[in-house]
Amino acid sequence: MDFLAPTTWADALAAKAEQPDAVPVAGGTDVMVEINFDRRRPRALLDLTRVPELSEWGRTDDGRIRLGAGVTYSRIIAELRDELPGLAMAARTVGSPQIRNRGTVGGNLGAASPAGDSHPPLLACDAVVEVASVRGSREVPAAEFYTGPKRNALAPDELIAAVLIPRATGPQQFCKIGTRNAMVIAVAAFAIALQPQRKAIGTGIGSAAPTPRTAPDAAVFLAGEIDAAGLWESRGPLPEGLAVEFGRKVRDAASPIDDVRGSAAYRLHSLSVMARRAATWAWDDFRSEDRRAA
Amino acid sequence: MTSTDSIPGAKTGGGRVGDSPLRPDGTLKVTGQFAYSSDLWHEDMCWGVTLRSPHPHARILGIDTTEALATPGVYAVLTADDVPGENAVGLEHLDTPALARDIVRYEGEPVALVAADHPETARRAAKKIVVTYEELPALTDPRRALDPDAPQVHEQGNLVREVTIRRGDASPTAPVVVSLEFEVGMQDQAFLGPESGLAVPAEDGGVDLYVATQWLHVDQAQVCRVLGLPPEKVRLTLAGVGGAFGGREDLSMHVHACLLALRTGKPVKMCYSREESFYGHVHRHPAWLRYEFGAQPDGRLVYGKADILFDGGAYASSTGAVVGNGGTLGLGPYDFPSVHVTARGVYTNNPPCGAMRGFGCVQAAFAHEALMDELAEAVGLDEVEIRALNGMREGDRNITGQLIDSAAPVAELIRTVRDLPLPPERTSTDLRELPGGVSNTTHGEGVVRGIGYAVTYKNVGFSEGFDDYSTARVRLEMSGGEPVVTVHTAAAEVGQGLIAVEQQIARTELGVERVVVHPKDTTVGSGGSTSASRQTYVTGGAVKAACEAVRTTVLARAGQRCGQTGLRLDGDKIVATSGEVVATLVEVLGDDAVEETVERRHRPTRPIDPETGQGDAHVQYAFSAHRAVVDVDVELGLVKVVALDTAQDVGKAINPDAVVGQIQGGSAQGMGLALMEEIVVTDGHVRNPSFTDYLIPTILDMPPMQIEVLEYADPHAPYGVRGVGEPPTISSGPAVAAAVRAATGKALRRVPIRPEHITGT
Repeated sequence: MDFLAPTTWADALAAKAEQPDAVPVAGGTDVMVEINFDRRRPRALLDLTRVPELSEWGRTDDGRIRLGAGVTYSRIIAELRDELPGLAMAARTVGSPQIRNRGTVGGNLGAASPAGDSHPPLLACDAVVEVASVRGSREVPAAEFYTGPKRNALAPDELIAAVLIPRATGPQQFCKIGTRNAMVIAVAAFAIALQPQRKAIGTGIGSAAPTPRTAPDAAVFLAGEIDAAGLWESRGPLPEGLAVEFGRKVRDAASPIDDVRGSAAYRLHSLSVMARRAATWAWDDFRSEDRRAA
Repeated sequence: MTSTDSIPGAKTGGGRVGDSPLRPDGTLKVTGQFAYSSDLWHEDMCWGVTLRSPHPHARILGIDTTEALATPGVYAVLTADDVPGENAVGLEHLDTPALARDIVRYEGEPVALVAADHPETARRAAKKIVVTYEELPALTDPRRALDPDAPQVHEQGNLVREVTIRRGDASPTAPVVVSLEFEVGMQDQAFLGPESGLAVPAEDGGVDLYVATQWLHVDQAQVCRVLGLPPEKVRLTLAGVGGAFGGREDLSMHVHACLLALRTGKPVKMCYSREESFYGHVHRHPAWLRYEFGAQPDGRLVYGKADILFDGGAYASSTGAVVGNGGTLGLGPYDFPSVHVTARGVYTNNPPCGAMRGFGCVQAAFAHEALMDELAEAVGLDEVEIRALNGMREGDRNITGQLIDSAAPVAELIRTVRDLPLPPERTSTDLRELPGGVSNTTHGEGVVRGIGYAVTYKNVGFSEGFDDYSTARVRLEMSGGEPVVTVHTAAAEVGQGLIAVEQQIARTELGVERVVVHPKDTTVGSGGSTSASRQTYVTGGAVKAACEAVRTTVLARAGQRCGQTGLRLDGDKIVATSGEVVATLVEVLGDDAVEETVERRHRPTRPIDPETGQGDAHVQYAFSAHRAVVDVDVELGLVKVVALDTAQDVGKAINPDAVVGQIQGGSAQGMGLALMEEIVVTDGHVRNPSFTDYLIPTILDMPPMQIEVLEYADPHAPYGVRGVGEPPTISSGPAVAAAVRAATGKALRRVPIRPEHITGT
């Protein structure tokens, strides 16, 4: 097995172009497990930890965070909890402290597991994945990035450079079911992002379909009902029936399977509960923001 | 924080019995410097790997090793044809091939071995071994095992052992009758140090094996049989053991490494991966239990009936003894006038099951404790008083008719845990204190608190007539001008703290500060198994007896010198009855050492009657009780254990800190079975052989504990000790399950309780 260790982004892209079957590795929390279990024998590993700009993040002129693919979960929790609260909440549930010190959102996207913790908030926030190759770079909306179980939209010569995530303009929540209280892979997960300026709601579902996915009908329904009741302006309480119906519609957007971690029926049930609760919390946060502002 | 204040002498003292001196291995372990068996290394060593069966049941039609042998770097490829001795091992029955010959009986059964200069080379070569299988119908539902048309796992039939216990009225009736069925999933020991060891071929044609294990001498006997070598040519030394919990009672890589070492003439190291480890050791028996209790309207028990089925998997391992425990102890620590118990263990093509902490009592306790709660409700008593009312007392006879002739404080234990302070009502909004933790699934919605109780008793030591003994060699000599004691036993330190206990006993008996514990090996007689909560009792007792023999010899010598009798040893001085110092130890010992070797047996036990199950089957009983407090998110089925408090009678705490450590660890392990720990087996295939999907409790799952340690000395045991390690694992899980039932109002007749069981989805 070749071990490629470029120190510049240009060299990394060149290496990937030359050896498209090289597997990129950052924290190694997925890739190394697969290699150690002998489930995967890549001809080459492309180590990206020596490319400095991948571990940087910054603010763009259009109100987004450009999160380098190699920024670790620990840093997201420490440095971006105000601007990307949903992603920071998800990051907090990833593995153990050691895993959070190594693992990256870029790695989560590269692996494209339906159970990846960062996917639901990226979907809910309308994040865009910035991918690059020697041919140039392009932006792929998160909702189009996941193409199948552990498959993504990357061309063989492309690498993930960064994720562009709109800074939160309203409350966000993330919930994840696991059968113990820490260090657990998601049985089901849900993210919600309120976007009051657009009177819109973003959603993301994890571990309950072949890919991470949004719940567009649920999102349109809830945003529309809130709007119809004038709640964006009045910031009145969210009617319980609305939250319940939102939960049902989120559940209906999923298509989970039975596996050793949980039954399909439980995944559906838990999604409806998480979506109802998360919507209520986010809305209550929205209301209390108003009170704080006043 | 865990309270240890209730234990006298909990703080480090002089390192004698009742103190809590630092363990010699403790600092190394917590600083990551301890050498475990997986750290073993030898010049010129090569690496061994195992090829395992992918099928639960298949006939081996042929094995072609040509290509594997041709791989550069490969030194040897071995199959059953290369076994020089008898190809059979096993703790109770020699039913397990060292390498499968004609038939494989479970997924993961060893079929061939490879030694190569690098583990990766060996693994790749193993993949080139072509095994042709003809798949056979697999028996994977143990409830079908005794059907006439069930596939036969072994020629002698599928029943490993059946135990019946009959006492009192043959057809008892009672005004109040409660019953239930319960199911317990397959738990794994989940020790952190994988199976590993190093076999070094010796010039005499023998082999030296360094291995992490629980019982060196039983390993030695089995290895000898397979290698066709006498014991003097197969020498075992205990390597650093990273946990055991019963999972190292059976052989794993022991014979395999020796076979490869003898064939290649090179030292061979084997070290399982985590995934292989799940196939490489036995698990706790899954069980199906049917119980019925009859009682008077006031709650007093009239009879107990139980029918228990254990899935032994493909090979017997210690299934027979587990069935023995399930039968003789399966109704719990209660007084039953009439008893009707049947316990069976069967062969299937599932993973082999054998010893695990709690050994047959864990499964039964979930059923009898759930049924005691049913009975309490039926007669209008609370969970504590129903247990106090029926709890065993000293002077009672248990269900095999054995007299309980030392403390049996069931009522005191259960009332003690009841009276411990309860955790405050939940007010915190810290996610870490809520079900689901930082996964943020509730801010309090749907959360209901429940409290549950359980009590248990467990036999200590080996039972049913087994010749259970331990050997200790103790040597006293002068070194550098001061007396030094060397303690040599073959009793395995697996993390429980036996080395410190051996030192404490020697210091106490001989008054000598410097005590060296010799490496554990087979150059001294057997120490018996590190299991059944027995080592402090049996090996501790042997060390005590050997120290007493040394003392007697020293005083006799001193007596000859000074012509006096009635002498005693006081530190490094020999003191007469008058109080006069008549000699120093230096003067008496000179350059000589005094060494004594003692085999110590506990009181004999007896086999139970084959028809009635009556008999003095066990040597000692240990009792514990737990109270669990849980917060359950009843909508999502997620559980947070808020408190898990316990009281346990340990007879005498030789090392109070170690006692608390055992109770904490055992309680966590029991809680794990109640809520999350299960090897999921479908059609004979293990579906979660990893710590990604076999979940064990983390620090966020395990609450701080209040621990009340009672010390009612057993007059028959050295220092009055009672085994400590297993009871906490038995009573903690049923208490947690009861608390979840209390919170949810659901019957929950299966553990681990999964979220789906609570939500009904």
